[in-house]
Order: sequence, then C-alpha cells, then structure tokens
Amino acid sequence: MEFNLSKEHLMAKQLFHDFAVKEVEPWAEETDEFHRFPWEVVHKMQDVGLLGIPFPKELGGQGCDTLAYILAVEEISKVCGTSGVILSAHTSLAADAIFLHGNDEQKEKFLRPLIDGRKLGSFALTEAEAGTDAAGQQTKAVRDGDEWLINGSKIFITNAQVADTYIVFAMTDKAAGTRGISAFIIENGTPGFTFGPPEKKMGIRGSSTCELIFENCRIPIGNLLGREGKGFGIAMSTLDGGRIGIAAQALGIAEGALEKTVQYVKERKQFNSPIAKFQNTQFVLAHMKTEIEAARWLVYNAAILKDSRKPFATEAAMAKLKASQMAVAVTNECVQLHGGYGYIQSFHVERMMRDAKITEIYEGTSEVMKMVISASLLR
Amino acid sequence: MKIIVCIKQVPDTTEVRIDPVKGTLIRDGVPSIMNPDDKAGLEAALRLKDEIGAHVSVISMGPRQADAVLREALAMGANAAYLLSDSAFSGADTWATSSTLAAAIEKLEYDLIITGRQAIDGDTAQVGPEIAEHLGIPHISYCEDLRIEGDEVIVKRQFEDRYQILSARLPVLITALGELNEPRYMTPGGIFDAYRESEVIVWTRDDLTVNTANIGLKGSPTRVAKTEAKSVKQPGTKIETGVDESVQYVIDKLKEKYLL
Amino acid sequence: MTINEKAVFVFAEQVDNRITPVTFELIGKARELAAQLDSQVVALLPGYQVGSLVSELVAYGAEVVLLADHVELEHYRTEPYTQVLSQTIEKFQPEIVLIGATTIGRDLAPRVAGRVHTGLTADCTALEIEEETSRFLMTRPAFGGNLMATIVCPEHRPAMATVRPGVMIKRIPDDNAAAQIIPFEGTITENEMYTTIQEVLKKGVSKQDIQDARIIVAGGRGMRNAEGFAMLKDLADVLGGVVASSRAAVDAGLQDKSRQVGQTGKTVRPILYIACGISGAIQHLAGMEESDFIIAINSDTTAPIFNVADVGIVGDALKIVPKLTEAIRSERGL
Repeated sequence: MEFNLSKEHLMAKQLFHDFAVKEVEPWAEETDEFHRFPWEVVHKMQDVGLLGIPFPKELGGQGCDTLAYILAVEEISKVCGTSGVILSAHTSLAADAIFLHGNDEQKEKFLRPLIDGRKLGSFALTEAEAGTDAAGQQTKAVRDGDEWLINGSKIFITNAQVADTYIVFAMTDKAAGTRGISAFIIENGTPGFTFGPPEKKMGIRGSSTCELIFENCRIPIGNLLGREGKGFGIAMSTLDGGRIGIAAQALGIAEGALEKTVQYVKERKQFNSPIAKFQNTQFVLAHMKTEIEAARWLVYNAAILKDSRKPFATEAAMAKLKASQMAVAVTNECVQLHGGYGYIQSFHVERMMRDAKITEIYEGTSEVMKMVISASLLR
Repeated sequence: MKIIVCIKQVPDTTEVRIDPVKGTLIRDGVPSIMNPDDKAGLEAALRLKDEIGAHVSVISMGPRQADAVLREALAMGANAAYLLSDSAFSGADTWATSSTLAAAIEKLEYDLIITGRQAIDGDTAQVGPEIAEHLGIPHISYCEDLRIEGDEVIVKRQFEDRYQILSARLPVLITALGELNEPRYMTPGGIFDAYRESEVIVWTRDDLTVNTANIGLKGSPTRVAKTEAKSVKQPGTKIETGVDESVQYVIDKLKEKYLL
Repeated sequence: MTINEKAVFVFAEQVDNRITPVTFELIGKARELAAQLDSQVVALLPGYQVGSLVSELVAYGAEVVLLADHVELEHYRTEPYTQVLSQTIEKFQPEIVLIGATTIGRDLAPRVAGRVHTGLTADCTALEIEEETSRFLMTRPAFGGNLMATIVCPEHRPAMATVRPGVMIKRIPDDNAAAQIIPFEGTITENEMYTTIQEVLKKGVSKQDIQDARIIVAGGRGMRNAEGFAMLKDLADVLGGVVASSRAAVDAGLQDKSRQVGQTGKTVRPILYIACGISGAIQHLAGMEESDFIIAINSDTTAPIFNVADVGIVGDALKIVPKLTEAIRSERGL
C-alpha cells in the first residue's frame, strides 16, 4: 500500500495544473473584481473534457475516477476559487445525482450533454427556510396528469442562470416528512422557471449565485429523478460526494495562497533581509504546509473510498471539515505574512482569504460535518 | 497517410538554476517535459490525423523514464508509441542519435516524418536533417506552416527576412518550429487510456538493424570535452555621470556582452 | 596552385547577391585558426551570377575562393547546396569547415555533415586550437543557455561547426589583398531529395509578443508621455527588439496592456532588458528579473531597479535614450 498518486493521476494533475495556470489564472482577478462569470474558463474546460472527468466514456465522460476529478478541482482552485466551485457543483452535485439515481433515458437525455461538455449543471436544495434544516422543504411538486407542477423558490444556488440543467428538490407529500421529498430535473427555459438577481458575495464572486423561482412550472413526469419520496436520500448521498469536491476546493485555495506567500517572502526585503529569513515567517510557513498536507490525505482518501464503492460519508465530512477550517486559517495567515501588500487586490491572497470562507458553510456547514462524524462514532 | 513524429524528453531548461557556490547546474527537481518544438510537430501530425485520418506514431530515444513523454503523446491522440532504450545508445551525439532513430524509422512505414527543430537541452537542431540524410529523403526545416496536397507536402519555411513556400514529394522529413501551432491539451481520459489501455513498445539495440559503429558514445564523431555553468550573475555596476559618458558606457557594455 | 592540406573552409552565405555578414566574421576567425594550422582560408561561394562578390570575400581575408556559380544555386535549397559542399569537402579534404548559424547554415550544415559522415557542433560562440594538444575546441551554449559546453571532434574530418553570428570578429578589409579563384568542378544533379521553391515572400515588420522577444526596451512613468515612448520605439528598432512597459505606463494609457511586464502583466526573459524610467517596484521586478542582461536608466539613485540591474545608469532617460539610439545606429552602420 502506498500513499502516492499513480502515474496517470500524476500526469492528470500536471495537465490540470498547466491548464489552470494558462487558461484559468489570467481571468481570476477580473472574475472576482467584477463579479463576472468566467465563461472563457468554462468553455475551455468543456473543450478539454474537464466537465465529465469521473464519468464513463460510454456516457460521454472521460472514463477517469473521482480522484482524478478531485485533482482537477484542487488545481483549478489554486488559482481561482470561483472556477473550482463551478466545476465542483456541476460534477459532484448535478451530474453525479443523475449518474447515481437517473434511469437510462434520463442519463442519455440529461447526463450526456452535461458530461460531454455541452451543458452546465446546478443543484437546488437550499431554501430561505431550509438551510441546515434541509428537510424543511417548502417548494411543492404536485402531480397533474402526465406532468408535475412545481411552485416555490430556492436560494443561494450555485451556477444558477448559467446552467442548463437543474436538480431541484421539492415536497411531494408534506405529511411524510423527509420521506415526502422528491428530486426533479428541470431545464433552464421551462416556462414558469425564473431567476432572482445574482447575489453579491464576500468571495467566489464570479460564481453565479441566485434564487430559483418556480411559478406553476410544468415538467414532464419523466423528469422525476429516482422514486417519489426518495428525494431526501438522493440529496444527502449526492451531498456526501459534493463534500469531497468542496474539500478539494478548500485544499486548492490554501495551496494557492501558500505558493504566492512563499514567493513573496523570498522577494520582500525589510531590515536588509528577505523576510523569509526571519524565524517567525519560517515557523508560520512550516505550520501552514503541515496543515495543508494533513488535509490533503483526508481529501484524497475520501475520493479513493468513493471510487472503491466503499462507504465514504464520514471520511468526506472529515475531509471537508478539516480542509475548510484549514483553508480559512491558512489564507488568513498568508495575508498577514504579506503585510500591507496582503490587503491589496493585485497580490491575490486577500481574494483567496475571502474565497476560503464559504467552504466552511456550503454543502453542509462545519457544524453539520461534526454531526455526521460524531454520529458515526456514537452509532 | 502514415506520420512518424520524433519526440524527446528534456529537462525544462527555463527552470534550471545555477548553484551560486559550486557554479554547477542544479538539475534536481527540474521537471521533465516534452521538448516544445517536438510538441508542435506532434500537434501538426494530430491535426492531419483529425483532418484526413492519418496514423500517427511517436518515437523517442532515451532512458526508460522517457516513457512519460510517449504516454503524453498517446494521451494527446497518437496511435502508437516506440521507445528506443538501451545503454548502447547512450552518450550519442547528433550523428549517432540520428542513426539510431533512422534505423527505427526504417522498421515502420511512413509518408511524413516530423521532428522538432531543436531540443532545449542540446540546442543543436541537427538531428532532424541528419535523419533525413540517413534515410535519403528530402527535409525542410524551420517549418512554420504545412499542408498536404496529394502526394506532396507544401511548407512555409522561415528565413530571417523572408519565407519560402517549398514543396516536396513525399516521403519528406519536416522540422517544426514551436510557432507552428498551439498544441492541444491532453484529455484526462486520454491520460488514463495512455497508461491503462495502451502499450509503449520498447526497442533495444538488438531490435534495430544498425551498425554498432554508428550508435552511442563510440559511434559519435563529436565528444564533450568539458562543461561549465554560465557564470552566476554578479552584482551590477552603477554609474552617475554625464549623458555622453553614460551612453558610451552602455555601448561598451553591450559590446562586451556581444549584444552589439 | 591547389588548396593546402588542413585548410579551413568557410561557407560564404549570400542571399540575393549580398554576403551575409557572419561570413566575414567567420573568415576573420578562420584566418587565426589557419595560421595555427599553417594552412589557408578557403571561402566557398555557391550562388548564381555571384562573381562580383568574390572581391569582398578576398578583402575580408579569404585566401582562396571556391566559386560555384550555377543556376541551380540561385536561391538556397538544401540539396543542391549540400551537393556542392560535400563534393568540395570530399575533393579538398579540409581540416575545418565553418558555417554561419543562420537559418540557412543550420539547415545546410547537418545535411552536409550527414553526407560526409563527420562531426558537427552547433551555434558555437568560441573556437580555438589548444596549444598543447592541437585539439580544435568548439564552445557553445547548451541547456537553454545555462551551460557552456566545449566539444571536440577527435577523429573525423573535417571538424564542422556552425557559428553564432555577431560573436567572431571580422578583419579590417584590405582592398589590396589577392587570392586564388578556383571554379567548382563537381556536378549538381537533381534527385529525389530535391525540393521546389513555389514562392518567396518577404517579411514585413512583425508585431511580436513581448514574451518571445530577445531584446526588450521597457519604459515606466519616467518616460512621461507618448513622445518618451516614441524614443523607446526608436531604440528598440535599432536594436531589433520590442517595446514593453511597466504597469504605471499602462495605467496612464501610454501602452497597451499586452506590453505590460510584471506581476499583473507578463513575465519575460529576454537576453537584454533595458529599463528606462522604471522605478523597479517589486511587482515589476517579478516580471523581468530573470532577464540575461539588465540595463537600468533612472534619475533616482535609490530606485530599486538598480538592485537587479547589471548596468545601472543614474540619469535622465529622456536625454540618454535618444543619444544611445544614435550611438548604436552609427555602431551598426545603419
């Protein structure tokens, strides 16, 4: 047993690294400054097959695995947190939900275009009154002949407006509690399906985060994903996988900040010396590096477990908990080591610090991660 | 149409640093890459594969770890890969390298051979033309653009102050400039296939029909007598004087450095 | 008269009936080498109706000129030129053959070396015959310029080398020099290695990406305005380089962002970087400090740019740059 990436994973990581530096990094600052969705990056990712990495070739994917996909999220997040979450939400949440729970017809109709690079996906669970209390779904789906009628709204949805395909959760039987929730596939442009304006956020500013509004939106019955009443389970299991993606995003953001900081401290001179020579700088760097490496193996391990079809929910929660807290701490320290320059946009670390925070919150807050982990201990 | 592309694994010489104390090259930790001119040549071949269904084989002469650039080529879309690896090949100058590669090429069918103009470690730009000489086929170097028309290749050949549009009847060897194109990325699926589905065929000395007198160190007309790292940057000089004196100082310094 | 044993041959490259300057540099060096070998310098001149170029070769030091004047040689093509050179080498058995490392030379030399089966060393920046051992030492940059390698060709003859232009020193021309002219007596035969020239296109001025440029003249706030940058353009033109700029100048609208060097611009590694009126803030240095040779001109002696400059000139760039341009222009005889 080895704690090393295989040759193909290493080469894939190198590909993602080169891609990130050449195609993603040049857009990072503008994406953040103007809250601008980086279409150029997304189109390039589509061209190179990055939107379907872990899915089988027969369905139009790249035929790799979760670990390879995680490496892509990591490398891209090193230079742009926004681009990292766009990839992650699309792959782990939207595409994987259909892959795991869709029927053959749905896979052909909805999954294939997502993973062969033609369309972008989004996952809509959160509502104004249902965040951590995800079961409190108020959006309703009512069967009407051979259609479903959807009414309600979702908030804080990543890839809203820009995505073509949405996995939307709604209450089909209020009396049944969590067993009364179902999952649906709804396409952008369906009459009755509109969006609120994009949120202005602390970080991942280029990510398009909007409200989804359903007003008598009619969808064919064929768009029910999985069985009626099984939606909550679908949401939870999909989110387990999504957490590995967010953990990878956090890992990448922290690594990107550290890289910039190591370069800076070698160049910046004070008191006639590069500040890299001061012990405080060295000790802080050492601590950050160790924290990053600790998080790394939690993240990779969760991905490997998922690929081995072993239970991985607890490991995914640990990975996200650790990586996100680590990223927030590391990026904060990186800004500090930059001194005044750390507060300046063109030095990047302040953006990374703002980007890192969301990883402690979305796809399950750190508190929820602790609930999952402690539950596994106390079973 | 059958295309053979010669590629080389080289250290990324833009990342090489010089040890300020010993005056030697620090090669540790320098990543190995596919030589950029070769990659452009490979991309040209892959475009012909896309356009007219050409079959693309890649060959490299090197140590076992050169397997990585062949996998990269497969991941980009090459059909077949061959690694010429044997201690008998090592220490080769351009004559011996080109003899070895030519012997391997002769085992395969080809209409077009593409090599990079020069490798970023050896920097000689000699192997491509020498291969063509061993094979007795025309070569066109400094290729900035190429297309196939029937049984001919049409090449835009770069000179310092002009271009020639040259044509030659296949088979022809082309040496590609980095500016020829923007090479495609590998795909993640391509990488996994390159390692899990494909094979890199390894040929040793015994697999090739070539005169021992023409390969490896013993087969090399030239030898390296010594190497020295480029001198480390010394702190610069600074002067504050009149305009004309300043100008003369700069002129003298430029001449010293053969920049003028 | 015949050609001496151990002669030093120089390929006289001519394009459109003009001798490429490196040829004279090589003849200069060849004379030194030939003196040590107690032999002579032979210039080999292939072309069509190029007889008028002979006297120039002689004035710059060629002791013998081998003239291959043939219609097939009018425009450079690899095969006919290879035939001329290799037949000449087979006939006269020179000790050393020098070819300029131009796009022609670096195409021709390996083909010839392959045909006559000898050693060829590329892009040499130093050539010498070692006193004690009589070895012909050819030194050249390798490893992307990080390493200087000295190469020898112990047994095969001739030892061939392509030589980098602008390095060897040409002699002062002597219009009274005399030389032997020998006509090429071999045959040029069309064969399957021939290529056909369909068209020749002259190049216009190219709009170069600063990251590809070998020489960069960069300006900062100290260049003040469009006039200041026009001075930089003149300097760049006369050096064969391109203009780049610091962020300050881009922000001030004086240059396009594509020319910005630095943290938020491009990273460049030219062989020559001349920073004019640039203070050298850390953001700028990050983009250019790996340049081979850095010259900085700034009126502020404490400007940080001087920390990375190989040559620092404290002074007013607006005054110095135009004079520098003039001086270079006259050095180059432009």
